[in-house]
Amino acid sequence: MLFDSEIFQITALSLQVSALATLLSLVIGLPFGTWLALGRFRGRDVILSIVNTGMALPPVVVGLVVAMSLWRSGPLGDWKLIYTPWAIVIAQVVIASPVVTGLTAAALAALDPRLSQQLLGLGASRPQMIWRLWREARLPLLAALMAGFGSVISEVGASMMVGGNIRGQTRVLTTAIVLETSKGEFESALALSALLLVITYLINLALTWIQQRGRRKVE
Amino acid sequence: MIEINNLLVKRNERIVLGVEHLSISRGETLAVVGPNGAGKSTLLLILAQLLKPASGEIRFDGKSLREWNELEYRRKISFVFQSPLLLDMTVEENVALGLTFRGAPKEQAKAEAAKWMKSLGVESLSARQASQLSGGEAQRVSLARAFVLNPELLLLDEPFAALDPPTRAKLIADLSALLAENHRAAVFVTHNLNEAAKLCHRIAVIVEGRLRQVGTARRIKSKPADETVRQFLSELSSRPPNSLRTRRSRL
Repeated sequence: MLFDSEIFQITALSLQVSALATLLSLVIGLPFGTWLALGRFRGRDVILSIVNTGMALPPVVVGLVVAMSLWRSGPLGDWKLIYTPWAIVIAQVVIASPVVTGLTAAALAALDPRLSQQLLGLGASRPQMIWRLWREARLPLLAALMAGFGSVISEVGASMMVGGNIRGQTRVLTTAIVLETSKGEFESALALSALLLVITYLINLALTWIQQRGRRKVE
Repeated sequence: MIEINNLLVKRNERIVLGVEHLSISRGETLAVVGPNGAGKSTLLLILAQLLKPASGEIRFDGKSLREWNELEYRRKISFVFQSPLLLDMTVEENVALGLTFRGAPKEQAKAEAAKWMKSLGVESLSARQASQLSGGEAQRVSLARAFVLNPELLLLDEPFAALDPPTRAKLIADLSALLAENHRAAVFVTHNLNEAAKLCHRIAVIVEGRLRQVGTARRIKSKPADETVRQFLSELSSRPPNSLRTRRSRL
């Protein structure tokens, strides 16, 4: 049975790891998705199809690849990150980045293609033009953020494989649920599941409120 | 002010526009007419540096565009598309947008925007969201957004094509007065020869991706440069503008 302080610690770690992973995937996915949406170059469709495939990456597969890379014998073994929260962050960034990239590209591609030309024709620099396009597409971009966060807060396979579900160090809500279930502690498992759902709901409620406030302003 | 020589624009190795020579003086309004797909909008995109030509030279104030800093050059012009393309913000913010890009102080931008919203009769809409405007109102805001920048060269790509005839006539009259008053160079793409004659000093005829003739409306009507221009003019007088078919370039 879990203690209150332990539940608090697990919940805090889950939120910290997933929030950081979502933030890093935004840093990667927003510019990369913008480049894919606005760029006209050979091989763009191939890259887009790879990104779209990446949106459905199985977390267990990501966990396996990241774990093999971080093992002492792996190419990134010197970093000594395996079975640390940082390993979970890395695996979750790999899961969320294609989601944010793909949805960013789709959001910007849905804008009028002449809008970027119009902004440049009014004297915008390239960064100014991109900033305005992001602002125009803010509602679907918020949806990309929600989808990215949702994909990492709820995954278990990758966190288990690269974090090891170590008590007090790398145990997060999803891995704790798996452990409690395997021990036959269904009450604890159900309580943790409810907590995970409530937290996910509250975060998405806040983001949806921001999104719909923007929408009402548009209307 | 601006001079084009031996310009060639290609798309997928196909020539879409060829201009041997074209010049526009300060204060002059040039209309560009031609059938759909003739290359009129391509010419504007080239002049705005939003499209790169395959070859040829464009000189602005005596200096080749290759020597101009791209952003510095683009900030001397202003582009108005057929569709208003307003951003999801208020009318005032839309009009002041280009000034914001140039780092103008907020108060100055507001004052300039107010002046041009008044000139174009949209000052009462300043606090309204752009999405709540009618087509005519949105196009007026789009023109105010271009004029507020005090551009040396104004590029207008069929800005009134989607409007009803009375709104169109009123806007053309207003634009004509504004261009004359502010002594700006402008290139105005249109399908309507009468509109072109009313608004512009000279007319350039582009047919099948090639600049065929430049002159006054009277000169073009009385002495078409070749058979393609003659045919285009007869089609123009016999059919409504939107029914003109795109022709494939023979170049």
